[in-house]
Amino acid sequence: MPLNLRAAVGRAYPRVIGALREPSWTFFDVLLPLLGIAAYIYYYRALGAASSFEGFVVLGGAMTAFWLNVLWGMASQFYWEKEIGNLQLFLVSPMSRMALLAGMALGGMFSAGVRALSTLFLGLIIFDVHMTVEEPLFLAAVFLVTLIAIYGMGMMFASLFMLYGRDAWNISNLLQEPIYLVSGFYFPVRALGPWVSAAASIIPITLGLDAMRQLLFGEQALGLLPVATELVILCVLAVAFLVLARYALRYMERLGRKEGRLTLRWQ
Amino acid sequence: MAYALEVSALSRAFTGKQTVVALENVDLKVKEGELFGLLGPNGAGKTTLIKILSTLLLPTSGTAKVLGYDVDGEASKIRPLINMVSGGETSGYGLLTVRENLWMFSQFYGVPGSVARERIDGLLKAFGLEDKANAKVRTISTGQRQRMNIIRGFVTDPKLIFLDEPTLGLDVTTSRTIREYIRDWVRARDDRTLLLTTHYMREAEELCDRVAIIDRGTILACGPPAELKRRMNHASTFVMDTTSFDPAPLSAVRGVKGVSADEIESGKRVRLVLEDESAISDVISAVVSRGGRIVSLNKVEATLEDAFIEMVGRGLG
Ligand SMILES: Nc1ncnc2c1ncn2[C@@H]1O[C@H](COP(=O)(O)OP(=O)(O)O)[C@@H](O)[C@H]1O
Ligand SMILES: [Mg+2]
Repeated sequence: MPLNLRAAVGRAYPRVIGALREPSWTFFDVLLPLLGIAAYIYYYRALGAASSFEGFVVLGGAMTAFWLNVLWGMASQFYWEKEIGNLQLFLVSPMSRMALLAGMALGGMFSAGVRALSTLFLGLIIFDVHMTVEEPLFLAAVFLVTLIAIYGMGMMFASLFMLYGRDAWNISNLLQEPIYLVSGFYFPVRALGPWVSAAASIIPITLGLDAMRQLLFGEQALGLLPVATELVILCVLAVAFLVLARYALRYMERLGRKEGRLTLRWQ
Repeated sequence: MAYALEVSALSRAFTGKQTVVALENVDLKVKEGELFGLLGPNGAGKTTLIKILSTLLLPTSGTAKVLGYDVDGEASKIRPLINMVSGGETSGYGLLTVRENLWMFSQFYGVPGSVARERIDGLLKAFGLEDKANAKVRTISTGQRQRMNIIRGFVTDPKLIFLDEPTLGLDVTTSRTIREYIRDWVRARDDRTLLLTTHYMREAEELCDRVAIIDRGTILACGPPAELKRRMNHASTFVMDTTSFDPAPLSAVRGVKGVSADEIESGKRVRLVLEDESAISDVISAVVSRGGRIVSLNKVEATLEDAFIEMVGRGLG
């Protein structure tokens, strides 16, 4: 096995093991989104919204796991890796920096995937939501490309924020709530009007959710663009973020070596 | 290839609110196969030098070559060949076991699974950590953690390893285990090089083929411990016990021309390095004239510590 594949697997390992070894984490990580889902569902029911809205909420609630993971497990990850002294060990090693990021992303996808599936499953049962999968392959493709695109974005932020520990943390905090809103986790994003939804589409989770909604709920999903178009845009975003991540990391590593900011002073 | 490390006119400054010059015009050559020690007090620049050599930090000026490659332009050629461990490190993931952690770090160097397993087993045994192999990292003690970190450095079978204060704060037994392993590791093959930093004089003297004494970013002397001591031969070393008096004995004797001194026991016992033995009479009068009495005065054999005291003008504390 080549070095970089080993390295990515090695870095993914603690995340995979974490999800399996600490089921209590998963419990709370599933419980909280379910509470959020419940709140929205009762709200929609009180308003007498179409039942498909309950489906949007469960789908969005499940996808939250990935979004939170991108923010906290990717974008601001290097902040505490630096604090505990791991970052410098990653960087003195010969592995490619993309293997490191890929390992973080793959491990994160797994652990977030466990949470997302649990949320989806429980949400469908508890709230008695129905959805029909007519084009499973299409759906799988949209889901996968969405994951690659949002984790690509996480990789880019991880690189950009490598040297800006606390600020990265603050920005993640800042992004968390507004994105729930503008990306349409719980309702069709078209409701926000063409300009906001177009702007929100730079964040891949927006189009990903929109496309999945269309594939699961058809007409009622009030899609923004045709699904095929959305898939193409998502592919472009995925590639763009991955390429940006690579150059950002290379640039920041060089800058960090120059300014002495890859390690903390006392390390 | 003759040199594992070639450092020339190397300087590193940190700019911030005020500029700190951590290394200034350092020249250093370490031969392949050497066990080399950097000895210096806190803040001397030891860690900064290691960070530059391990490709984490760029020089402000000057050059450094590691195993023939330049740290600035050829870092990717250096990285597969080296590893680095620092004493107080808290790396790894607490929910992984000791074995898993070691395996993970070995994967960043592409070590095949079975080879990694074999090496980890051997090293755990050598460091007396077998019974903790399956313990989660967050549950082990500081000393165990430090042994795990050292193992992490050797598991990738580097040609050159940097150990930054490897025995910092460890108990005597653990320190000895580590020192013995270090020595055996370098001796086992002639293309292995090890650079360690320490502020323990004994460690440098007992372990290293050569030592560089570093203080305030500059290298004051470099050579085998025995040679550094021999440079002292023209000088004489005494240990003096006195009654306590004001000002403290140390400051009294430090005022005497041609005398460097360090305190061994506060207010009571000092170590004196005299450029010329005749200065001893001035030392005696310095004590007596301040109302002190000499309890004993013995001439002793010079140690590396004396060389250090003479060069730096103070002890390591
Ligand atoms: N990142 C940094 N920013 C500013 N000053 C630093 C930084 N790293 C080290 N220094 C300073 O450089 C000097 C040398 O530090 P260091 O190399 O850590 O010494 P040692 O390892 O010998 O104790 C010290 O004065 C230290 O405060
Ligand atoms: Mg240090």
